[in-house]
Amino acid sequence: MATLKELSKKEEILTGGHRLCAGCGHGITVRQVLSAVDDPVVVGVATGCLEVATTIYPYTAWKCSFIHNAFENAAATISGVEAAYRALKKKGKIKENIKFVAFGGDGGTYDIGLQSLSGAMERGHNMVYVCVDNGAYMNTGIQRSSATPMGADTTTSPAGKVIPGKQQYRKDLTAIMAEHHIPYVAQASPANWQDLYKKAKKAFEVDGPAFLNVMSPCPRGWRYNTPDIVKILKLAYETRYWPLYEVENGKWKLTYKPKKRVPVEEWLKLQGRFKHLFTDENRHLIDELQAEVDRRWEILLERCGEKE
Amino acid sequence: MKMKVALTGNEAVAQAMKQINPDVVAAYPITPQTEIVQFFSSFVANGQVDTEFVTVESEHSAMSATVGASAAGARAMTATSANGLALMWEVLYIAASNRLPIVMPVVNRALSAPINIHCDHSDSMGARDSGWIQLYSENAQEAYDNLIQAVKIAENPKVLLPVMVMMDGFIISHALENLEVIGDEDVKKFVGEYKPDYYLLNVKNPVTFGPLDLQDFYFEHKRQQAEAMENAKEVILEVGKEFGKISGRNYGFFEKYKLDDAEMAVVVMNSAAGTAKDVVDELRAQGKKAGLLKLRVFRPFPHKEIAEALKGVKAIGVMDRAETFSDFGGPMFAPIRAAMYDLNAGNTIVDYIYGLGGRDVVPQDIKKVFEDLEAIVNKGKYDKLVTYLGVRE
Repeated sequence: MATLKELSKKEEILTGGHRLCAGCGHGITVRQVLSAVDDPVVVGVATGCLEVATTIYPYTAWKCSFIHNAFENAAATISGVEAAYRALKKKGKIKENIKFVAFGGDGGTYDIGLQSLSGAMERGHNMVYVCVDNGAYMNTGIQRSSATPMGADTTTSPAGKVIPGKQQYRKDLTAIMAEHHIPYVAQASPANWQDLYKKAKKAFEVDGPAFLNVMSPCPRGWRYNTPDIVKILKLAYETRYWPLYEVENGKWKLTYKPKKRVPVEEWLKLQGRFKHLFTDENRHLIDELQAEVDRRWEILLERCGEKE
Repeated sequence: MKMKVALTGNEAVAQAMKQINPDVVAAYPITPQTEIVQFFSSFVANGQVDTEFVTVESEHSAMSATVGASAAGARAMTATSANGLALMWEVLYIAASNRLPIVMPVVNRALSAPINIHCDHSDSMGARDSGWIQLYSENAQEAYDNLIQAVKIAENPKVLLPVMVMMDGFIISHALENLEVIGDEDVKKFVGEYKPDYYLLNVKNPVTFGPLDLQDFYFEHKRQQAEAMENAKEVILEVGKEFGKISGRNYGFFEKYKLDDAEMAVVVMNSAAGTAKDVVDELRAQGKKAGLLKLRVFRPFPHKEIAEALKGVKAIGVMDRAETFSDFGGPMFAPIRAAMYDLNAGNTIVDYIYGLGGRDVVPQDIKKVFEDLEAIVNKGKYDKLVTYLGVRE
């Protein structure tokens, strides 16, 4: 695998000058994913922060061809681009090998775009879909999504006097995508760049659809000190809230095994969105979230053949 | 080469699609359009077309994938009806605003609720302001002819707008008709090869589709889009003439039927025009000056030409197969009335809403319209601005 030094010499596809916030995960994630592509690439992006911050007409931060269609249809759109590529390649009108990737936030992926994503994956297009998961609708001002952690304070699941934040646990989208039995599915984090790079490389190389779910923190929505982004990302997988694993041709594999048990509380306490949980009254919610993290971890271990 | 064949409307449209041989078709079945998708699937399965067929999971994805394919540089098509078109609504605007020359047959069917699979024009009329060119077809022959012309209109560099081609669900889509088809080679030559200037798959010149466009540029882009629609008028006429050379059938914005000296006339679209022509013939045989204007092009709206054609008609009955729920008649009524305003020619114009949800419109219904129009000619005024034709009330 390429060294960080080698990768740093590669021409960036998403260049500087975009208007993503300081301490946002999207820029880091996209650059790491695209560092794994050697062929020319066409990028599709769902409506969201990544799109509005990188293509403000008449400027663009993208060196490659780019299409934004709408919020819920990045997967369908790129599937159409890929179908056009197959048609034109067959006719000899396109000579180059081109890769196709769609990026969507958790809103555009877990929620409003789930049908479009499921359809595109089932049809077997040779494309990569990357969810940059920041766990809420950040672009419209931090509303809860089905990826929002239980207990989080968002503008549509506010921590109020009666209801202390989001009531539901997050949807396990990575597992849902794995159940599509596509060639490659993985969950990753830009804080473990080698792991993400390898996964992106595999995703681009497989013949058929691949899905990457990448945690991509939002300083506004999560309310953390921006330089702490990597620390927060690391704690997410150390606490097993966001395990790093892959499902390659149906085989589940943990790609990172935390050495010791770190309570999820360690991850929660760095983020303002969970502040209200650290009271006598709400403390039990932390315990409940911990129990759910443990339960899902056990299921994952079983799937990965890590249990005795 | 031309050939007489017996085909249903759906078969004729599928035949045109086969001859156009688009690079990508992304479509989802819906009654009464379903057969088009089925026929096309069999063309793909039997190697009769070179098309990549994308079997999407919804109409929203059908239009989304078609947008992706067209932006990528492919000639891309889809097809739909009714609720399918409604589900595409968001992406219809995106297709037009990205100036993508997509072509789509729409088999007219009533929108829900209540659910109804039969013909009216509420579906395509709902999309009339989405930036698509709209061509309406009286019969299978016109649907076939319009679809082939649509490709050439859409892809004209002065236009670059998507085109939807309508025909009436079941009445035309499922009825067998004798028509004349053009040879494969002639169609191929007529539509030519699609060579876009800017497309995603051109790795040497990467492009951006769909950026964030704010107060400083959005309005200019909309103005350009409006100009493209204006340009489409000339291009539609050119293509109509050119098509006449290979088919013997010429197309303009509308067909005038015994209109030139008419005192009373109906304005009608799609299959009901056929029925109305019979009634006009009958009235003419009785010495009554009846006429008809069958509108083919609804977007762009040929307001000047319509006004000119209807100028001398004293009483005009606009026949709308859709409601606007505006208390001001159907979707054709207001623009036709507005088009006549500047002429100040004293025409009296009333509206008839007919055939919703596939309700049959029979000669007696249209005779009733002409009876009203005759009374208006005699009295110089109307009794009722909007009449619901053939409904129990």
